[in-house]
Amino acid sequence: MSLKRVLGATTALTLCTAAAFAQDTTITIATVNNGDMIRMQGYTDQFTAETGIAVEWVTLEENVLRQRVTTDITTNGGQFDIMTIGMYEAPIWGANGWLVPLDGLSEDYNVDDILPAMRAGLSHDGTLFAAPFYGESSMIMYRTDLMEAAGLEMPDAPTWEFIREAAAAMDDPENGVNGICLRGKPGWGEGGAFINVTANSFGARVVDENWQAQLDSEEWANALNFYVNLMNDYGPDGYATNGFNENLSLFQQGLCGMWIDATVAASFVTNPDDSEVADSVGFALAPNAEGVDRRSNWLWAWALAIPAGTQQSDAALQFIEWATSADYIELVAENEGWANVPPGARTSLYENPNYAEVPFAQMTLDSILAADPNNPTVDPVPYTGIQFMAIPEWAGFWTEVSQEFSNAYAGQQTVEEALARAQDIVNEAMEAAGYQ
Amino acid sequence: MATQSSRAAARIMMAPAVFLLLVWMLVPLCMTLWFSVRDYRPLRGGDLGYVGLENFARFVSSSSFWPAIFTTLLIVGGVLLVSIVFGVLLAMLLDQPMWGQGIVRILVIAPFFVMPTVSALVWKNMFMDPTNGVFAHIWRAFGADPVVWLTDVPILSLVLIISWQWLPFATLILLTAFQSLDSEQLEAAEMDGASPLARFFFIALPHLSRAITIVILIQTIFLLAVFAEIFVTTGGAFGTRTLTYLIYQRVLESQNVGLGSAGGVYAIILANIVALFLMRIVGKNLDR
Repeated sequence: MSLKRVLGATTALTLCTAAAFAQDTTITIATVNNGDMIRMQGYTDQFTAETGIAVEWVTLEENVLRQRVTTDITTNGGQFDIMTIGMYEAPIWGANGWLVPLDGLSEDYNVDDILPAMRAGLSHDGTLFAAPFYGESSMIMYRTDLMEAAGLEMPDAPTWEFIREAAAAMDDPENGVNGICLRGKPGWGEGGAFINVTANSFGARVVDENWQAQLDSEEWANALNFYVNLMNDYGPDGYATNGFNENLSLFQQGLCGMWIDATVAASFVTNPDDSEVADSVGFALAPNAEGVDRRSNWLWAWALAIPAGTQQSDAALQFIEWATSADYIELVAENEGWANVPPGARTSLYENPNYAEVPFAQMTLDSILAADPNNPTVDPVPYTGIQFMAIPEWAGFWTEVSQEFSNAYAGQQTVEEALARAQDIVNEAMEAAGYQ
Repeated sequence: MATQSSRAAARIMMAPAVFLLLVWMLVPLCMTLWFSVRDYRPLRGGDLGYVGLENFARFVSSSSFWPAIFTTLLIVGGVLLVSIVFGVLLAMLLDQPMWGQGIVRILVIAPFFVMPTVSALVWKNMFMDPTNGVFAHIWRAFGADPVVWLTDVPILSLVLIISWQWLPFATLILLTAFQSLDSEQLEAAEMDGASPLARFFFIALPHLSRAITIVILIQTIFLLAVFAEIFVTTGGAFGTRTLTYLIYQRVLESQNVGLGSAGGVYAIILANIVALFLMRIVGKNLDR
């Protein structure tokens, strides 16, 4: 072997060893397969280059992620150094001492810049337990071209009746266009979340102040009947299995006149690379029933938290600072434009004149501000949360309830049967948990 | 014949493996039994004490229990029916001499190597999707309204997906049995004037009975625990909640380990009843 080769080999070996040492620390992050999260993964190399901390991703579908991280945290499994969780989990887990409090964030990070609604929803007793990567409410996304062709004009704050009228006008089965696309997929965070906020906007509530189930009320019957009729008449085939991602795909293909879902979808439906209808999308506040003082919009944040069992909490905190900072937002804006930055988490983003030009920015903020987790329903309730009740049992029993609803969407049982079963499931759960 | 000392040596050598296997089975079984009599809810602070047989009573009295048992048996029965009927037909076909036989056989067996979650996702999104699925396009090409598979015929859809995975296994076992069929016997029957159907029913099918028994036994044991396909397609809705899925919902979605463990004990009992029943009724074939 020539000297040159030996030197070459030695240099290569040294470089490899150096790289291995530099990436001594590896953190494992569990996250959801939503577009913004996938985008973040693309920038992870920059984080690794800056800090020497390597990152491994476990990317899962929403329902699966929830179960994986919940199981991991309750059994102290220690599989993950960072978990992507939401407003439902953060306060409950924080209260149980399962998450590392995020009080070590640096001054540059500027915690006060986080939107108050997001900060409150991710805290317990004033301590922040998860940093919002993006925040969202829900709103109406609609096709401006179809609306115009139908001779209608979308108000900024429409009622469900108007939505029904518009869906009827835009429905065009011969060309595959559905008047409206909404979630029906079983799962508390999928179809379960949507029908819950719809019920709120019809004046219904899940339980009364004494934790007695209220699904046998007239308001619930009105809400569910309206929803089933609307979707059977103007919704896509098989909507009972459609969740966020399925509807996103339908809307991007131009197969929906309207879609009411997470505000975060706005950047995907207006992105010409992915959406065939990018230049003709309008936005409006989520609807309410005539005369009801609550809208069908929720409040949610996908946030990053550190499980208490991790050995790498310093590295994890560094990553959270990087991923949820204003600098990260600018990094994405520089590379992909302001419309593609993670929305809804920081006040400064909405004060930024560049972002103000994004067509959905103001409507997103308005929707977030219109959501009040402390007063989610017309009649008072003993819990906080809009599309969920912030109690540990919620995920379990509302998933079952959402299955009953999905069975009704699929025509396997009537609305009355679904509500009667839901009423039993909720009462049974409330009793077992000791609320009643 | 083994001498006494060689038998003793064999026992000593087998002991570690047997011990490991026992521990492997006994530890989870004992833990399940232990949890099933306790109120164990991790999100409520963990083990909340002994509750006797309360979990067992609650699990059975839940309105979901009997439908779940019924669904389980329906799916197991459906998949067995499809895999045996089509398994026999496919095995007969593959037994014929043909060009490219090796490749065809590998292709037929291929689905068995695909992960259940992957195959279920492919079926759900590529074939059964009512808007973009292949079936929907075919239906539309003939001017018909697409079938919404997972909500209109959920059990049939699941049976299709699961059968697709298990058919290769049945085919493989049955093909081996076919190949051991004495061709002289068939030729003799043919010369005596037996029709092809008669030859199939009176010679081939009885010859296959042992293989069919093996297929039923092995597949039933696996199918009683079918889960992934339901998880990624219907999420237990539309009447597709099996006993395993119900247990999963109780333990993981509701985070009620005690209640779910009681369900697990029921599942063990059901599996044993079915296994005993099968061994008694169909297993007799194996003795002949």
